Amino acid sequence: MTGVRVAGVGLTHFGKHPERTGRDLFAEASNRAFADAGVDRDDVEQLNYGNFMGELSEHQGHQGPLMAEAAGLDVPATRYESACASSGVAVREAVKDVRNGEVDVALVGGAERMNNLGTAGTTEALAIAADDLYEVRAGMTFPAAYALMARAYFDQYGGSKEELAEIAVKNHDNALDNEYAQFQSAISVEDALDAPMIADPLGLYDACPITDGASAVLLVSDEYADENGLDAPVSVTGTGQGGDKMALQDREYLARTPAAEDAAEEAYDDAGIGPQDVSVAEVHDCFTIAEVLALEALDFYAPGEGIGAAARGETTRDGDRPVNLSGGLKAKGHPVGATGTSQVVEMTRLLRGDHPNSDAVPGDVGVTHNAGGTVASTTVHVLEVEE
Amino acid sequence: MSENADDERVRDEGYDDLLDAIESGEGFYIECPESHGSLPPRRVCPHCGATELEEVPLPETGAIETFTTVNVASPEFADDTPYVTAVADFGAVRVTGQVRGIDPDGLEVGTEVTPDVGESETTGERVLILRAD
Ligand SMILES: [Zn+2]
Repeated sequence: MTGVRVAGVGLTHFGKHPERTGRDLFAEASNRAFADAGVDRDDVEQLNYGNFMGELSEHQGHQGPLMAEAAGLDVPATRYESACASSGVAVREAVKDVRNGEVDVALVGGAERMNNLGTAGTTEALAIAADDLYEVRAGMTFPAAYALMARAYFDQYGGSKEELAEIAVKNHDNALDNEYAQFQSAISVEDALDAPMIADPLGLYDACPITDGASAVLLVSDEYADENGLDAPVSVTGTGQGGDKMALQDREYLARTPAAEDAAEEAYDDAGIGPQDVSVAEVHDCFTIAEVLALEALDFYAPGEGIGAAARGETTRDGDRPVNLSGGLKAKGHPVGATGTSQVVEMTRLLRGDHPNSDAVPGDVGVTHNAGGTVASTTVHVLEVEE
Repeated sequence: MSENADDERVRDEGYDDLLDAIESGEGFYIECPESHGSLPPRRVCPHCGATELEEVPLPETGAIETFTTVNVASPEFADDTPYVTAVADFGAVRVTGQVRGIDPDGLEVGTEVTPDVGESETTGERVLILRAD
């Protein structure tokens, strides 16, 4: 089994680009990945592409071949849909194909166009990641679902809105120098606490924004990297995926995310590491409470103990294990189908040393955590700098 | 859906059966031989894969396990805001619904509720209700 190297990465600016099509966004991100990798387009053997709401936002299904065309490729192309984990799944499938020797070079990415739907339209579109019969028809929205998880967490373990606000403050601070981030502005705990409620206890600043954007990664086999003399110091050494019941009401836990626990355990085992070896993480903080649940699922903290990590300075950029140095979904933005791959982009740059926050990375092992819906599906990847 | 707001929604077997049953005071859930509970439609127990399923009566009351007041809704519930969505524990099953009959400030984890069926103020569609009065 060959190793899998990250040969090149690319992002568009994450933000409001309502006039830009998904194909234009993905063309830009993939162009950057090719320029970064120095890989010839003729060597690419497949495209793994993540997208969630293309039918609703762009009246566009069957996006695989469309995006191959946008990237200048004439290869088999498949779209992966797993709600907000769509491109995390696309990464995982490409990793498996490269390891198996099916392909030596795969382009992986994702894109989402959201702002052209407006807030109500986006709320409606995101809601279909929940159970239509028992959640959507009861008026459940995506923020409401995470609010239900947040109250369940507070009820079971304790925790405060101030501690959630510290997470938002941290992630905004981390995005200040990230040119790709939607928000490059600092906020205070007071700003977060004074913001309008969306679904209590979650206010506007507990939520990620509505974002347009695309991400792309070129994954290659060790052999291909060596034969072509690529400068590709970062490898994907572990991959894992977990699943859970679709609706919150059918889950074993309301304040834990076993799908992510399973994905993390599988990815750690795959890489031959444990949570104590991880020095930096990019996690799926679509809402502040989601970062807490992610830290606990990744086994950085026991259940109930992750809530204070940002407030205690443990996950801040000068902490022992910085989390979401990119700004996270909260400040970098969350173009749903692009997010999973974008985490791999950011982690690669953080570990390679060419990210504005690379100086805050305390080691050589990073983890990315990408969750779909209310964590009914999750992928976790381990990235390491080659010796 | 929003483009066809005037059209009658296609009946969803199992789900609409449950709402009908709740309306007539005879709510039920699905139980497998291992006593795992779930809500219809089911051909297979989602917890163990058993296929010998039967309908058993839903307890008359449940307890709120978690809740939130929704201020930003999808277009189907635009005129309903603010409203309270909750998950209530009925023993073998949990049920998600809109809480009515109580001031949200008086609501807490553990508040007792009974299942009911109401309407969306926005579309008139039936909504599963957790009644707290
Ligand atoms: Zn069962």
